[in-house]
Amino acid sequence: MSTHGPSVVEGLPYDATAISELAETWQPRKGVWGALTSVDHKVIGRRYIVTAFVFFLLAGSLAALMRLQLVRPENNFIAPDTYNQLFSVHGATMMFLFAVPMVLGFGVYFIPLMIGTRNVAFPRLNACGYWIYVFGGSVFWIAFFFGSGLDTGWFSYVPLANLDFSPDKRVDIYMQTVTFTEISAIITAIEIIVTVFTQRAPGMSLNRIPLFVWAQLVTAFMVMFAMSTIATLSTTMMAMDRLVNTRFFDPDHGGDSLLWQHLFWFFGHPEVYIIFLPATGMVSSILPAVTRRPVFGYTAIVLSLVATAFISFGLWVHHMFTTGVPQVGASFFTAASLMIAIPSAIQVFCWLATIASGRPRFTTDMLFVIGFIILFVAGGLTGVMVSSVPFDTQVHDTYFVVAHFHYVLVGGAVFPIFAGFYHWFPKLTGRMLSDRLGKVQFLVFFIGMNLTFFPMHWLGFEGMPRRVYTYTAGLGWEDLNLLATIGAILMLIGIGLFVWNVGAALTRPKDAPPDPWQADTLEWWTTSPPPPWNFTYLPVVQGRSPVWEMTPESPRVIGMRTDIREVLTTTIIRAEPHTRHQSPGNAISPFLTAASVTFLLVMLIFTPKAVLIGAPFVFGSLMMWGWPTGKPEKEHREEGI
Amino acid sequence: MTGGRLAKVGGLAVAALVGCEGSQAALNPAGPQAGRIAGLSWFMIVSLSVIYIIILAVLFAGLIGRRHGASDESEARLVRWVIIGVAITTGYLVVLMVLDVSVGRGLSSLSEDEDPLIVDVIGHQWWWEIVYPAREPNRTVTTANELHIPVGRTVRIRTSSVDVIHSLWIPRLHGKRDLVPDHPSVFHLRADEPGIFRGECAEFCGLQHAHMSLLVIAQPEAEFRAWQAAQMRPAEEPADIIRRLGMQTFLNGTCPMCHAVAGTSAAARAGPDLTHFGSRRTIGAATLDNSRGNLGGWILDPHHIKPGVNMPANPIPADRLDALISYLEGLK
Repeated sequence: MSTHGPSVVEGLPYDATAISELAETWQPRKGVWGALTSVDHKVIGRRYIVTAFVFFLLAGSLAALMRLQLVRPENNFIAPDTYNQLFSVHGATMMFLFAVPMVLGFGVYFIPLMIGTRNVAFPRLNACGYWIYVFGGSVFWIAFFFGSGLDTGWFSYVPLANLDFSPDKRVDIYMQTVTFTEISAIITAIEIIVTVFTQRAPGMSLNRIPLFVWAQLVTAFMVMFAMSTIATLSTTMMAMDRLVNTRFFDPDHGGDSLLWQHLFWFFGHPEVYIIFLPATGMVSSILPAVTRRPVFGYTAIVLSLVATAFISFGLWVHHMFTTGVPQVGASFFTAASLMIAIPSAIQVFCWLATIASGRPRFTTDMLFVIGFIILFVAGGLTGVMVSSVPFDTQVHDTYFVVAHFHYVLVGGAVFPIFAGFYHWFPKLTGRMLSDRLGKVQFLVFFIGMNLTFFPMHWLGFEGMPRRVYTYTAGLGWEDLNLLATIGAILMLIGIGLFVWNVGAALTRPKDAPPDPWQADTLEWWTTSPPPPWNFTYLPVVQGRSPVWEMTPESPRVIGMRTDIREVLTTTIIRAEPHTRHQSPGNAISPFLTAASVTFLLVMLIFTPKAVLIGAPFVFGSLMMWGWPTGKPEKEHREEGI
Repeated sequence: MTGGRLAKVGGLAVAALVGCEGSQAALNPAGPQAGRIAGLSWFMIVSLSVIYIIILAVLFAGLIGRRHGASDESEARLVRWVIIGVAITTGYLVVLMVLDVSVGRGLSSLSEDEDPLIVDVIGHQWWWEIVYPAREPNRTVTTANELHIPVGRTVRIRTSSVDVIHSLWIPRLHGKRDLVPDHPSVFHLRADEPGIFRGECAEFCGLQHAHMSLLVIAQPEAEFRAWQAAQMRPAEEPADIIRRLGMQTFLNGTCPMCHAVAGTSAAARAGPDLTHFGSRRTIGAATLDNSRGNLGGWILDPHHIKPGVNMPANPIPADRLDALISYLEGLK
């Protein structure tokens, strides 16, 4: 370990003036201008989390409206056109505007803190990604409020989504919204990959990366592959079909309707794991704090993450078993779908082993982790069931599947996200959430979740298809639907309690200690919330639980410049110091670029000429972004290391 | 509101007609296909429930159990347990894979039947066209939303669609099969007991996806043949004056622009064939029970019952409407 001693970077410990200079250098600007120009990953990560939560509330209220309509058969509360918009906008928002940005937002906020650096690799690009996301999401919801909400479901099968059957602009707006979120997600993925590979604290070799960061890294690679498929292939082809009559998906003119299903699910299935893997990373990073031991089976968990990512690209056809896939082909995808249960099982067993051999502490974050295991395992087991072709032909597109994927997504992602909220709230805001209120929320939400979705398994067996705005009386579906609606109300109350908890916490003073949970990852080694420069001295890592291994004598990085924004880059495998690199400061160009991209994409909903009209604006803002400042980039290569 | 109430009452009547609860339940099989799948389902439900309970037991034992403190020995024991768990998981999945393939083969065994009854099911927004093809055009039977099949005989269903993707699902007989416009496909089923089974469209197909159901009527071979023979006959010329007035109303109004009645000049195929409408049990793809009152409401304003349906409202004067209903009800 002596190679990573205090002299990692030559220089002397900072004095008081150096520290105030550091603050001066990293200080954000004030006011609206400051908000628009900020490139601090914590500001942007927090914005992702808050924005995604707002979309969660919006999409959740749509779900509540749907449950009210389904409370009794042949109900007239909501008209079919509205109902079809409700479920489509609910699904699309939860997938594209809530789940992915939420988990990636946690990544943007916590990855630099967990790996001990001052900012992400491309801070301005990071800011641009957020603006694109929030603009795209707003377009989608403004359209919905003006009666142009998507009404063909989040996977918008053709020919129903073709111009012949959906002549209005609803599908176009949706396709463009997906494009926005894809751009934003790809940007974040680039950000995560480069940051993790180049900016880890000295000593954080690959085998010491926190599991949350590993999960984010694997997810980022999945985003690169999956999102580029859907961005460059499917949604663009669909948009072109609708805008310039390319007819890729129009069977009447030589196109193919199943092609869309293949392309969509080739992206759409990994999408589920893009949501789920970071959530498991959260669980793996919360567990050490709440069980007071390192997670059992670090290597096994990392390999499981990687295996999941690979296999998840090989099972998209299990969404298409009822289209008449030949049996041999289908059984290949059955095998792949069963196989993906193995890495998931390994992760679950490792968590169980961690809990069994640790000393559990029953704070709210732990309760949500326990809830996650209970619900996710249930969803995983029904997932094993639906991978069987004969079984799937019965339950496909029924409420059984609705139950299955809500167990996986609410249990497997929303519960870890809530665990994350309770766990990291002090780090995010400097304030603690009420643990007692949190436990009440957990109980209400957990019961509500099961009451809503468990009966749906049986509704599926009883023959209730999904996406019906109403149903016929007398088929034995009434009681279970009533139960589900009662559960949905409980879930709503649970969310209300959480909002109350957050609101109450925000009125209290910022008195959270740096490390309230005695956790082991580096974000707890700095103040709550961290200063704009994250760490005054960058840490030097000596193991997998750096904060637990840290002593007052532990080495730390000194000698980083304080008069410019400087980050330390390290080597990819062993994280040995490599270069001191100047990190870009605040700028307005990311916002302007996002605005001009938005202008182009929104116009593109209506006319192909938008490319010509919008391109100069995008080009101009990019020119402004890259315009030479006249000052040389400061980069200092460490000699002799 | 009234439309909804009408639909509700109608729906209740339809449910009563088909034998109430369970007429659309997958675990209540009435044929070999659904039976095999139900067997596989029960195997998975029971075995996975046991696995689930074991996992929860391990979780809770871990949460409340006594602590020995971490040691190399206890870590080694954990490794052993995790490996055992993964091995059991893998073994179970292999068993499932074998079962899955063997059930799949069992399901396709019906396709080897030499002499199946061939039926074309064609999806429309939002109803089912059902055709029993024959070499002679006058022996071809065309009906809608009601699939008659002989008990004990293999039925080969050829699926297609004229507009968007639908999915034919008759849970008591078989899993579902999508009706993809550019990819026609074939599947087989058989009913082993007589009865009325309800089916429903399972792939979201637009505004009225919720009201796209059908009845499957499984009847003994002789009864089925009698039905088929009756369906082959063109509509009879109405004998009484009221029904003749009804026919005039039908033929002189907008009805023939979409509907066909064999034996008359009405031959359009955009809507369901009405040649033997009076013999059918439901209206509007099993939305309403086929009664005089429901039919009147449906003709006057179908959008009240099934908003967005392709049939327009027909403001027909009361006396003519009465005659039209009598005519349609008489098309046995």
